[in-house]
Amino acid sequence: MNITLDLFLQVDLPALLAATLAAATCALLGNFLVLRRLSLMGDAIAHAVLPGIVVVFLIASTRSTLPVILGAAAAGLLTTILTELVRKIGRVESSASMGVVFSILFALGVVLLEQAAADHVDLDADCVLYGQLEDVSWFAPVAWTSFLELETWRDIPREVATLAIVFFVSAFLVTLFFKELTIAAFDSALATTLGFRASLLHYGLMALVALAAVASFEAVGSILVIAMIICPPATARMLTDRITMQVWLSLLFAVISAVLGYGLAAFGPGFFGGEHALSAAGMMTVVAGALMTLAIVASPSHGVIARRVHQSRLAASVVHEDLLALLYRFEETQQANPTVDLVHSHIRRGAPGISERALRAGFRSALKAGEITKNNNRLELSSAGRARAMEIVRTHRLWERFLVDEMGSRPDHVHRTATTLEHLTTQPMERELEMQAGAASRDPHDRPIPPKPAPNEPTPDKPTL
Amino acid sequence: MIPAGVSHTSSHGSITDVSVHWPTLGEVWEVLSFQAGYNTNLVMLGTAFLGIGAGTIGAFALLRKRALVADALSHATLPGVAIAFLIGSWMGVSRSLPLLLLGAVVSGVIGALCVQLIVRYSRIREDAAIGAVLSVFFGVGVVLLSYIQNMNVGNQGGLASFIYGQAAAMSQTNAIIIGATSLFACLLTFAFFKEFRVLCFDSTYAAAQGWPVQRLDLLLLALIAIITVIGIQAVGLILVVAMVIIPPAAARFWTERLGVMTIVSATLGGLAGYLGAAASALLERLPTGAVIVLIAGGIFTFSMIAAPARGFVAHAARRARLRLLILEQHILRKMHEQLETVAGGADRHADASVSIADLASERNWSTLRLRVALRWLSARGLLNRHNHHVSLTESGAREAARTTRNHRLWEAYLVRNADIAPSHVDTSADLVEHVLGDQLVQELERELKAEGVLLPSPHPIVATHSAREGKS
Repeated sequence: MNITLDLFLQVDLPALLAATLAAATCALLGNFLVLRRLSLMGDAIAHAVLPGIVVVFLIASTRSTLPVILGAAAAGLLTTILTELVRKIGRVESSASMGVVFSILFALGVVLLEQAAADHVDLDADCVLYGQLEDVSWFAPVAWTSFLELETWRDIPREVATLAIVFFVSAFLVTLFFKELTIAAFDSALATTLGFRASLLHYGLMALVALAAVASFEAVGSILVIAMIICPPATARMLTDRITMQVWLSLLFAVISAVLGYGLAAFGPGFFGGEHALSAAGMMTVVAGALMTLAIVASPSHGVIARRVHQSRLAASVVHEDLLALLYRFEETQQANPTVDLVHSHIRRGAPGISERALRAGFRSALKAGEITKNNNRLELSSAGRARAMEIVRTHRLWERFLVDEMGSRPDHVHRTATTLEHLTTQPMERELEMQAGAASRDPHDRPIPPKPAPNEPTPDKPTL
Repeated sequence: MIPAGVSHTSSHGSITDVSVHWPTLGEVWEVLSFQAGYNTNLVMLGTAFLGIGAGTIGAFALLRKRALVADALSHATLPGVAIAFLIGSWMGVSRSLPLLLLGAVVSGVIGALCVQLIVRYSRIREDAAIGAVLSVFFGVGVVLLSYIQNMNVGNQGGLASFIYGQAAAMSQTNAIIIGATSLFACLLTFAFFKEFRVLCFDSTYAAAQGWPVQRLDLLLLALIAIITVIGIQAVGLILVVAMVIIPPAAARFWTERLGVMTIVSATLGGLAGYLGAAASALLERLPTGAVIVLIAGGIFTFSMIAAPARGFVAHAARRARLRLLILEQHILRKMHEQLETVAGGADRHADASVSIADLASERNWSTLRLRVALRWLSARGLLNRHNHHVSLTESGAREAARTTRNHRLWEAYLVRNADIAPSHVDTSADLVEHVLGDQLVQELERELKAEGVLLPSPHPIVATHSAREGKS
């Protein structure tokens, strides 16, 4: 397929513009839906605008933009209100009430559509579902310079113009009410106590969603509306904890999905020798879904991989510390340096369910830090290792003291709890424990609590009981 | 981009020219009593069986809060259908139904499992996960369909029936598949009734008791998947979720018992299928799937309003009755208190009267509300109405004394046991006095007597009628 400039400007550019604007508008509003766990309201509204559009058509016999938009927005609001009504009056769980309402409204839309179809109406459910991105065309521009002429802009496709207006209205309102929307998204009760009507804000947001859904449906279809309301914000949420950042990221992902999706659909098949373009709206949702999957798996802060790495590091460091403490206890009881196998079995007994990998990683990190040495398959603490081991055992026994003295636990029940806590104890916590322990120098099992090494003290000697 | 021939079944002239042909009663009866020909009967039976199966499974899906998972699942079937079609045409079997259904089930279940995986392994919540899976899987399906459409393979028209459903074109094979699957799903539900009940009402408890919760969830999901996929053929993948949600949600209004709810749900679902198919056979230009959903919606609305167990009217009536009772008791107590101050003692004449204006000034009662309540009280024989006064009857006086006594006993209890200041206790007692049962009153009495606390209440505790009767 050859791409000429004027073909690009007349066919691809307007389609791209429409798709990008639609995606950005939906993603912008979607942020607040996703945070409020109302994502499916976007789904419901996107389905339920159908009867609104058809009713307007049947009454006014027009497909001009304004009445259709008003009808659809009314249908969207109706969905919200009916859902709320069914939830309250019928005491039906909220997601189920949403499902009841939107499927009935969609069915109504399909029936009405069938009536309208008798009238040779150029309007069918397909168009609502997938949109007609391929039909958006802009004949005026023939070269880049055309955009400098006013004539070109006068000929801007209706869909693009509508979407641009809806986008800017949404952006304006979101900026204006950003603080309120944020508070309501995280804590609607707080919003109400702060004195602004959270419910009014809610209905306002829903009206905007309906507006976005209907402005987008002609160009990109309702399926893309749902995807763009949910995927880019969810992707952004995987990457950041800050709402402002999330909104910007979601816009970025929406634009990427639109452009990349369109590119793949329109030009992708050409690379593989295909002749026909694929569905652009479908491809955009695929890209949005792929981005989301990528973020779920690979997000540096909240991704599956990052969490796995973090967990295995934590497990290794626990093994590392357990190992040091164990060797210290061997020294305490004047036993010979234990063999590797013995240590393995001790640690496994102490932390059942620990993975083989974590075990090996813990050993490696202790060896690498020079805190233990291995001779003839027997393990020994180095002096640096002993200093750290003392710290750990000290924390452990201070915790045991605390648990018995202050929490009233029985001495034979505290070991496991202390083993967990010793890895999580910060310096201030330790000072606090020290104060609580007071003059006590022995733990509940009558073993000495190791002293705190002074900053410049020489290497501690081997301990004695 | 989707093969045409889906929704445009007929094309008449302008909409104003189309006159609706209303069927006669005879025709209606003919269709409803299965005398309207083989095809119509087939469609009606098929959709009715679908409704029964979906209603049965849906009851558990709804209670397990999986209602919209069914939506994600039904949308997620599309790529499976498309891939199965591609595989089929590659193998040379064009559009084999079992293959398409298999593809639909597999990709639907994968979609539903994706929802669970996302919820489990990421910070994305269930609602967003459902929406994302639903739209992305559907998007994949749309891309594949757009690819298929450009291939030179015949017989693609059937694919679109998966999106909108084609109940009207139901074949005998389809109807048999639907009936058998539905029956199978019902039997399985019956066999696992106890397990599903524990799962739906308290899955944590079930897990603690050693039930295989995860496997049961998977079984429920598989049942939802099967019923969804066979439903898609009839009502289409967008509307099939309605068959799973609406009948059980409607059944929930009629009963508080799971067994009854399941049966009611199956019945309502079957009814919606049967009536929907009949309506679309009788009237022109009514797509069967949508009509079934609309009829189910009508049943739902009716149930929500009129069901005696949990319906709106019954609920509102119960609340109104309670409010009337509270108002009534407040009036009686106020009258008792007024008479007390006038007569200066607990014993007073039954015919001593209180002016309505005095009563009205006691609280924020509107005149209208007060008059309605007074009329109600006099109708119950508790008081006599005069021009501007009311007086208690014998039984009214007893009831007033009892109410006042409950109020003051509770006040005494609150002052003593809940550390509420005597000046604040009146309102708190106001809220509770109406729901004190006889037994509780006796217990309060006994407790207060045992402690020798006589009157911590700012008001004297009046003698009950029984005490007075005992004296006389």
